[in-house]
Amino acid sequence: MTQPFRRPGGGRIDRTNPIRFNFDGRQLEGFAGDTLASALLANGVHLVGRSFKYHRPRGILSAGAEEPNALVAVDYGPGRVTPNLRATQVELFGGLSARSQNRFPSLRWDAGALAGLASPLLSAGFYYKTFMWPPALWRRLYEPAIRRAAGLGRAPRAPDPDRYLHQYAHCDVLIIGGGPAGLAAALGASVNGQRVIVCDEQAEFGGSLLAEPGVTIDGWAAPDWVAEVIRTLSGTVTLLPRTTAFGWYADNLIGLAQRVTDHLPDGDASLPRECLWHVRAARVVLATGAMERPQVFPGNDRPGIMLAGAARTYLNRYGVIPGRQVLIATADDTAYLAAADLHAAGVTIAAIADQRADPSGEAVEAVRALGVPVRSGTGVTGTAGRRRVRSARLSNGQTVACDTILMCGGWTPSVQLYAQSRRRLRFDDTAGVFLPEDSTDSVGACAGVSDLATILSTAIDAGGSAPRAFEVSGARALSPAAPPAAAAPHRKAFVDFQNDVTTKDLSGATAEGFISIEHVKRYTTTGMATDQGKTSNLNALTAVAALTGHPVSAIGHTTFRPPYTPVTFGALAGPYRGDLFAPIRRTPIVVPDAVFEDVGTWKRARCFPRTGESPTAAVARECLAVRNDVAIFDASTLGKIEVTGPGAEAFLQRIYPTDVTTLTVGRCRYALLLGEDGFIRDDGIIARLASDRFHVTTTTGGAASVLHLMEDYLQTEFPELQAWLTSITEQWAVIAVQGPRAVTLLARYIADIDLGAMAHMSVREGHIGDVPIRLFRVSFTGECGFEINLPPEHAQRVWDTLLAAGATPYGTDAMHVLRAEKGYIVVGQETDGTVIPEDLGLGHMLSARKRDFVGKRSLDRPDMCRTDRLQLVGLLPGDAATVLPEGAQVTDQGRSPALGHVTSAYYSATLDRGFALALISGGRARIGETLHVPLLHGMAEVAVVNPVFLDPQGERLRGRPGPRGPQQALAPLAVPITPDAARAEGVDMAVLPPVKRLNIRAGAAAASGIGMAVGVLLPAAPCRAMTERDRAALWLGPDEWLVLAPPEASNLDAIAVKGAGDHPVSVVDVSHATTALEITGPRAAWCLNSVCALDLHLSAFPIGACTRTLLGKAGIILWRTGAETFRLEVGRSYLPYVWACLEQARHAVFATTIVGANNS
Amino acid sequence: MLLIPCPWCGLRPENEFRHGGQAHVQRPADPASVSDDAWAAYLYIRDNPRGRSAERWRHVHGCGRFFNCVRDTVSDRISHCYRAGTSGA
Ligand SMILES: [Zn+2]
Repeated sequence: MTQPFRRPGGGRIDRTNPIRFNFDGRQLEGFAGDTLASALLANGVHLVGRSFKYHRPRGILSAGAEEPNALVAVDYGPGRVTPNLRATQVELFGGLSARSQNRFPSLRWDAGALAGLASPLLSAGFYYKTFMWPPALWRRLYEPAIRRAAGLGRAPRAPDPDRYLHQYAHCDVLIIGGGPAGLAAALGASVNGQRVIVCDEQAEFGGSLLAEPGVTIDGWAAPDWVAEVIRTLSGTVTLLPRTTAFGWYADNLIGLAQRVTDHLPDGDASLPRECLWHVRAARVVLATGAMERPQVFPGNDRPGIMLAGAARTYLNRYGVIPGRQVLIATADDTAYLAAADLHAAGVTIAAIADQRADPSGEAVEAVRALGVPVRSGTGVTGTAGRRRVRSARLSNGQTVACDTILMCGGWTPSVQLYAQSRRRLRFDDTAGVFLPEDSTDSVGACAGVSDLATILSTAIDAGGSAPRAFEVSGARALSPAAPPAAAAPHRKAFVDFQNDVTTKDLSGATAEGFISIEHVKRYTTTGMATDQGKTSNLNALTAVAALTGHPVSAIGHTTFRPPYTPVTFGALAGPYRGDLFAPIRRTPIVVPDAVFEDVGTWKRARCFPRTGESPTAAVARECLAVRNDVAIFDASTLGKIEVTGPGAEAFLQRIYPTDVTTLTVGRCRYALLLGEDGFIRDDGIIARLASDRFHVTTTTGGAASVLHLMEDYLQTEFPELQAWLTSITEQWAVIAVQGPRAVTLLARYIADIDLGAMAHMSVREGHIGDVPIRLFRVSFTGECGFEINLPPEHAQRVWDTLLAAGATPYGTDAMHVLRAEKGYIVVGQETDGTVIPEDLGLGHMLSARKRDFVGKRSLDRPDMCRTDRLQLVGLLPGDAATVLPEGAQVTDQGRSPALGHVTSAYYSATLDRGFALALISGGRARIGETLHVPLLHGMAEVAVVNPVFLDPQGERLRGRPGPRGPQQALAPLAVPITPDAARAEGVDMAVLPPVKRLNIRAGAAAASGIGMAVGVLLPAAPCRAMTERDRAALWLGPDEWLVLAPPEASNLDAIAVKGAGDHPVSVVDVSHATTALEITGPRAAWCLNSVCALDLHLSAFPIGACTRTLLGKAGIILWRTGAETFRLEVGRSYLPYVWACLEQARHAVFATTIVGANNS
Repeated sequence: MLLIPCPWCGLRPENEFRHGGQAHVQRPADPASVSDDAWAAYLYIRDNPRGRSAERWRHVHGCGRFFNCVRDTVSDRISHCYRAGTSGA
């Protein structure tokens, strides 16, 4: 007979819809509406797992999130095995396949159960004491062996094939818990168009009311009242079932984990598997209910022993009886409700053992009247039965035969989320439980209230409406529970089922001198399992209080931390994995044959191997091309900052160690950037374009941090300087052209700059072909070289043109070799945050004339003047073929500790040998010495040499100007490739055509003049945009605007400057720095809110609002141009990332199916 | 994630901001005339209060401004924010 423990009627399951499922290989049947636990119980399956430490057989204890025992692995398909799921929360679906955990070879015959025989040895602290010595064995032997024995399921090894979504939401009221208190609060809150979200961890709203068919509210049977309330709320309130509020974070940010598809038999590819909600709530109402406590007695963990309230839920909600012959052990009236309901269902109640001396009252008498023997002042002293409880001994000496024991030690208010909000709990001596000290936002059982009518009327008040009375009937009046009583130490009286902690362990801990509950917790691990002690914490506290003689209130409680129940990594990671884990940025130059490396968030070409060529050979060839011919390099990733304004020179003079006042217009200079501590932070080129305009470069990885450091000084230390900083990293692509033939090659395409006359370290503005450029004559290779800064959309054609003209492409690997041959440093390689200029032999770059610059004072500190500081030197291995490993230690052959380390090491094709740069203590004085580098096999002898290996006089920088040939044309401009416009239900997305963009910086006094000149007023109000015909001005900061205009407005820069009159102004063309995206449709805001944390409700972010913000991990400018239309300005290299993020986010429209109308 | 009241942009989520350390640490006007010890203190010595803490933030993914903020390090409550260069009193 299938489902022998299923009642013929009753419950909320659908008996017309039987469902086949598999547990540990057994085919079983349940009904739609079952949980895995209720379906197992219906089939008489109580043994569902083995315990963590002793491998004791365990059964289903509870009917909810608190379940400590019934942990199963559910197999949703390849890569979809989810371990450690509570069977009490897994909804049954056709084909569900679940496995018990922590057993070998099978659940019934488990070899690990031998540990149970050894349990006297395995008490708390056993591991620490026994497996201490020798320490090396801990990692290699003890820990892996113990972990295997004490497993809690196994994570799947295949990649997770599912999609996970994030959703940011803002609301006026978030109600956590959809039981009677939560639903009444929702009724109270759903007025005045407030944004309300209600979440409940179960599939169905209603909570305890779903198991109370005998209770009526306002004339409705309780389950029908629930349905009626849900009907009322639908459409005005966001109802999130299957959604666990797992964490309360700062400023009312609540984390919700919504399980979207796990209950569906075949999934739904259009839906995410889970959605992680970040809800920012103006107000939170906690309606989290209460959890029943087990009783602590020897053998209280056998299968067949469960909580009395759980049994009542299984009976009334799922039509399942837990057994035929039931003993009830209680300290509380609610167990009598279970007794009455089970009795009515034909179950024999063998006895009720009540710890209270004189149980009385309505509920008790009703059960006595049924003829059930009630033993007052009686507890359970032991149980028997191997895989299922068979009998129990009572404290009155009686032995009771039973197949089920239902226990109730009272109810613990669920205050976890309240406590996470960093407010205090108070101990209520009468009830013996912790309650919120601030009860303003806790309603119902989580606030210690048990009377239904009181709960409903206070909850509607907490929701925000005037309290009103509800007509409640059918609920029995309950008399107070006995305060929790401590059980005697016993090695089989379990307090924490999931971590196998007994009263004996707790007494051992106090005997060892652990008094603080936090110490007892860590020593015994009580409350530290995945259930976080939901059923055990208060029993543990009570025990420790008794053992130490202190009241529970003095002992206090352990810290409640998120997550309330485990959250999957998939949900936490959301869309940010794989290619979206971090933005992948590429330059505008596509080089299909290159081998790439990651540099910061960029992909850079390492080398360009030809067919059949090894990367090493390619690097050598590329280096020789630079040294002997001409080669090109994509340097677009370099950070670039335009520094403008009348105070620009004074600002740079204070920031950089070099004397900027001697840098004339048209010249550039290599400069180090120090932190205030004197250590090198970054390096780059300062180019002076005009008296009040500089183009400064940074390293690729340093772009953001250098700008941040500069803004810090500009805004907070030198605010009197009239200077502005604008990032132009993405405005300009950069092609380095290096080698003796560089002038000859470039001269074919550049007519308006006399390349031969350009001195090393100079800058000119002009054109290559028809493309406007900033041309730097600089070199990071030691050869004559140029860096062409040009608009990114033309970068590919210039690159292709130069390739076609015979230039060799080279990558970052060759760049590194070439610069090291010249002794040029790379920040982060020759520097590590503790290196000062003098260490690198670059002391001459510090202006001696300047009394102050950032970092100068620190260079005079005694430690900076020591002669034994690490100094940059070159190393030449005795064996020319040796390439030392970077990071290798350099020693004096054992005569002293390590003298330093290798910072860079390469094979040089030019020198035809290995060479290295190193930081060596007092290194410059050691030039000429022989030192040693220990390698894996033996010791390498190295000669300490000057770090400049090639052309120390710098003669090659001059180049060899060749004959001037005729001008040639560039390759034609290719049609830019942009993502296809994408449409989905409720959201359309498209890339907008190019526009002219100006970043304008000016004080308020200049704003109106500039606005009139450029044809659109610069808004004074923060985060607002103004539009005027075909142009727009977006407020970005108190002195910063982005002006958008048609592309043909080419001289708008000069017009803006003129409009400022005598006021200082900065106008920087950033037309190419960003690309515009438009996202539109009724669900556009929802879609954006999947990857953007701002409140995009029309009242919070109205039409015309604009701001910089984050989309995923990319900074963007967001501008609402219509009720359902947003324009995004996206950094050019971030476009693919942002597009892909939004593609994922567009699936957020699934929310339309679950979300009420007023939350859009 | 905190909600931080930017003096210009209003309440914004913390991920738009970058923390800037203790507020009101003034760079000496003439570092050359400062003793080694005083300079080291300026560089490295910071308060680590339990409770009220005045600290700097920058609305880096917003208006770009540095500003000061009074936050309780125990409760994480922010009492108010004020513009750089002002005392906030
Ligand atoms: Zn701001």
